[in-house]
Amino acid sequence: MAAKSPSIRALSRYLLRPQAPLHPRCRQQCYTKRYSSAVAGARLNGTVEYDTTPLLYHTSKAALANPELPEDVRRGQTKRINLYQAVNEALRHALQSDERVIVFGEDVQFGGVFRATMNLASDFGTERVFNTPLSEQGLVGFAIGAASEGMKPVAEIQFADYVYPAFDQIVNEAAKYRYMSGANQVHCGGLVVRMPTGVVGHGGLYHSQSPEALFTHIPGLHVVIPRSPTQAKGLLLSAIKSNDPVVFMEPKILYRASIEQVPVDPFYLPLDKAEVLKTGKDLTIVSYGQPLYTCSAAITAAEKDFGCSVELVDLRTIYPWDRETVLDSVKKTGRAIVVHESMQNAGVGAEVAATIQEQAFLRLEAPVKRVTGWATFTGLMFEPLIIPDVTRVYDAIKKTLDY
Amino acid sequence: MSLRSVTRRLDIRALRRPSSCPNASLSLPRIIPVWQACRNVASTPTAEKVLFPGALNSEFTNNLEFMRPSKNKAISTFRILDQYGQVLDKERGVDTTDEEALGLYQNMVRLNIMDLIMFEAQRQGRLSFYMVSTGEEGISVGSASALNPTDPVFCQYREAGVFMQRGFSLDQFMAQLFSNTDDTGRGRNMPVHYGSRELHIRTVSSTLATQLPHAAGAAYALKLQNQQNPDVEPRVAVTYFGEGAASEGDFHAALNIAATRQAPCIFICRNNGYAISTPTSDQYRGDGIASRGAGYGIDTLRVDGNDIFAVRTATREARRLALTDGGKPVLIEMMAYRVGHHSTSDDSYAYRQKVEVEDWKRRDNPITRLRKWLEERDLWNEDEERETRSQLRKDILAAFDRGEKKKKPKIRHAFDDVWENITDEQRAHVEELKDILTRYPKEYDVSQYEGGLDSLDELLEKKR
Ligand SMILES: Cc1ncc(C[n+]2csc(CCOP(=O)(O)OP(=O)(O)O)c2C)c(N)n1
Ligand SMILES: [Mg+2]
Repeated sequence: MAAKSPSIRALSRYLLRPQAPLHPRCRQQCYTKRYSSAVAGARLNGTVEYDTTPLLYHTSKAALANPELPEDVRRGQTKRINLYQAVNEALRHALQSDERVIVFGEDVQFGGVFRATMNLASDFGTERVFNTPLSEQGLVGFAIGAASEGMKPVAEIQFADYVYPAFDQIVNEAAKYRYMSGANQVHCGGLVVRMPTGVVGHGGLYHSQSPEALFTHIPGLHVVIPRSPTQAKGLLLSAIKSNDPVVFMEPKILYRASIEQVPVDPFYLPLDKAEVLKTGKDLTIVSYGQPLYTCSAAITAAEKDFGCSVELVDLRTIYPWDRETVLDSVKKTGRAIVVHESMQNAGVGAEVAATIQEQAFLRLEAPVKRVTGWATFTGLMFEPLIIPDVTRVYDAIKKTLDY
Repeated sequence: MSLRSVTRRLDIRALRRPSSCPNASLSLPRIIPVWQACRNVASTPTAEKVLFPGALNSEFTNNLEFMRPSKNKAISTFRILDQYGQVLDKERGVDTTDEEALGLYQNMVRLNIMDLIMFEAQRQGRLSFYMVSTGEEGISVGSASALNPTDPVFCQYREAGVFMQRGFSLDQFMAQLFSNTDDTGRGRNMPVHYGSRELHIRTVSSTLATQLPHAAGAAYALKLQNQQNPDVEPRVAVTYFGEGAASEGDFHAALNIAATRQAPCIFICRNNGYAISTPTSDQYRGDGIASRGAGYGIDTLRVDGNDIFAVRTATREARRLALTDGGKPVLIEMMAYRVGHHSTSDDSYAYRQKVEVEDWKRRDNPITRLRKWLEERDLWNEDEERETRSQLRKDILAAFDRGEKKKKPKIRHAFDDVWENITDEQRAHVEELKDILTRYPKEYDVSQYEGGLDSLDELLEKKR
């Protein structure tokens, strides 16, 4: 064999001792960043820093100052946790406080492939926290039936990419349950369908999709996408409490990447309110989920370079969405950009842009710009070129200001 | 409907009407199933059997007796070699020449070594993902060896052995695993999602069980084509899936439609005991997957997947059955144990005991079982084993090296093949991307892609 690179030799050596233990705890995140298209000298791309981003509460004090928290929670403790742990805490509280809550899905019993249901089966028993057979339509239909009998089922779909077998159950049954029962008033409120969503950088065609816009085309559902551990905990608890079915999409890249101080006590965040994460006067960026971090990094660079001031709004619930907060912001700034990962055509951005155009036309200084995934799939090698990055948001800010 | 067509339909009906049912009325639909033509039989006072529309030949009984599948004897598992590599039925033998057996052995070992290397390479961060076939090499290699090389195959993902047996080269494996510019999947799929039109194997898609109805439909297409071209060797469609995937609706839909259309489709289940962390006890309560075949009226066999000779013989016989009487589906449940972790994203010791895995490794394995048989016949020895392994390892590492060094596919492949032709919207997106890449050169490394930015121009120049 021709000259080997040293690492190939290392592999060879490994093979000489095939009994050597494999790195057992090396899970999803083991594989890092090789496919990033950002180069070493990049100034914009690669500047999303979860350790310092203003979007996360890095101190207990900041976390407890959140005005959406009730007084008693604000007097309590916080704990530094990531997003999957926050989901776990919300489920734990729900299971503890309401015996109608049941939690299930594929591989949920051992903790789920993203560890969000860790220890719940052992703590609450496998009557209430359990594995289902591998059938999304089956497990969501099962959840609808249980909800219609007054339970509060939290069903996990292993990846949003695999929700489609359950689409019929969600669209034709869960969403319409109350409406079709009419005066019988049977509904499936309490039903929450959780699913990890979005790209992680190496998920390719079937572990990267953001199918949220498919659900925002359906009345009767709430579609929620939390941006942080605190949001995940508070919004998930509200989703379980809600009397409407909720599709709860968790940006899977944030499961481990986003870590912040989260109140230990249970709390409920509103399912019908967007949140202004940063105020500004020249331009409004509307987004949700992971791209908010991209936007925040782009805003930092743009404000520095162009001396502008940009407002950042998190929709949180993308349907039915909080039009008032968005319109108030755009009426103030006169410019708007919508950013999301999923592709542009008929995406959430289209709806937000159209609403702004209808309701704030005379206040607009520039067309509403959309920075989104392109009209294609998330091909493995091309993910970083397809999904909005800091550069693209930065450039959109520049163009919208210069219009 | 025109009067003419009505008369024609009536004629056909008259021809098809079963003579045993004089009561069949003229207003029946065109094709008259037996049960419809004989609706009245069930109500005759002396009848012993019913002909309800939904069940033929059921005898009446006054015993109130529920069927209790849990009380039945479990379906038997077919094997040819015992665990020590000894032939159980000397008369039938192994149905494989010595030369073939050596080839199968080499392919299983090659797959096994490739798995070891790629698993570790993933741990080193050199590819994003990998899945091993450990313990299931006999199923994929053995079954593929018993098929016609042009039978279309629809895989799940743990069937690299099918590709290997059909001649997918090590460079082709590496091209896909490293998503380099030679990858026929154009760098779009996660590792192990191989595909080869040349080898008649559809590209693997991660969504479970979706390939099963495809196989049924392809088999039906083949059935028609087999009839239309009687001179060409008839083909069957084959699909592989795990026992977990068999819980999906698509599994049931596929078996049922294949049965009603009598499609020559071989459904090969790899029952390896786990679906990620989910043990079979949480997956189903029947007797494995084989017990479901009967429910769909499908000929079914359960096979010891650690016995590559049994796998081959079963597959060959399934293929013969699938082509008899104009075609019909066959289900084979290959029993195995998933020795490896589900994938490189999984740590199976979070849900199963290490001793369980070690026990299985020691107890039985398709490679060691065949090796015992080969050694018994003096076809193989320790020296050959050592030499072969060392040679295979070298070959794989050489291919690894070549594959890893190649560039990524052209950027244009992010956009093409979505539709047959690029759309106006896509064109605008390509232009926007190109503009960004050009104005912010420091933010991107386009040189890692074959042809850099130029391939976007190729795409834009492509005629509308
Ligand atoms: C529709 C769908 N749901 C969920 C998944 C996630 N998933 C990938 S592999 C797997 C387990 C499959 O088990 P099995 O069919 O037994 O095959 P094995 O891995 O054992 O070979 C699951 C749940 C998926 N890929 N597709
Ligand atoms: Mg399995």
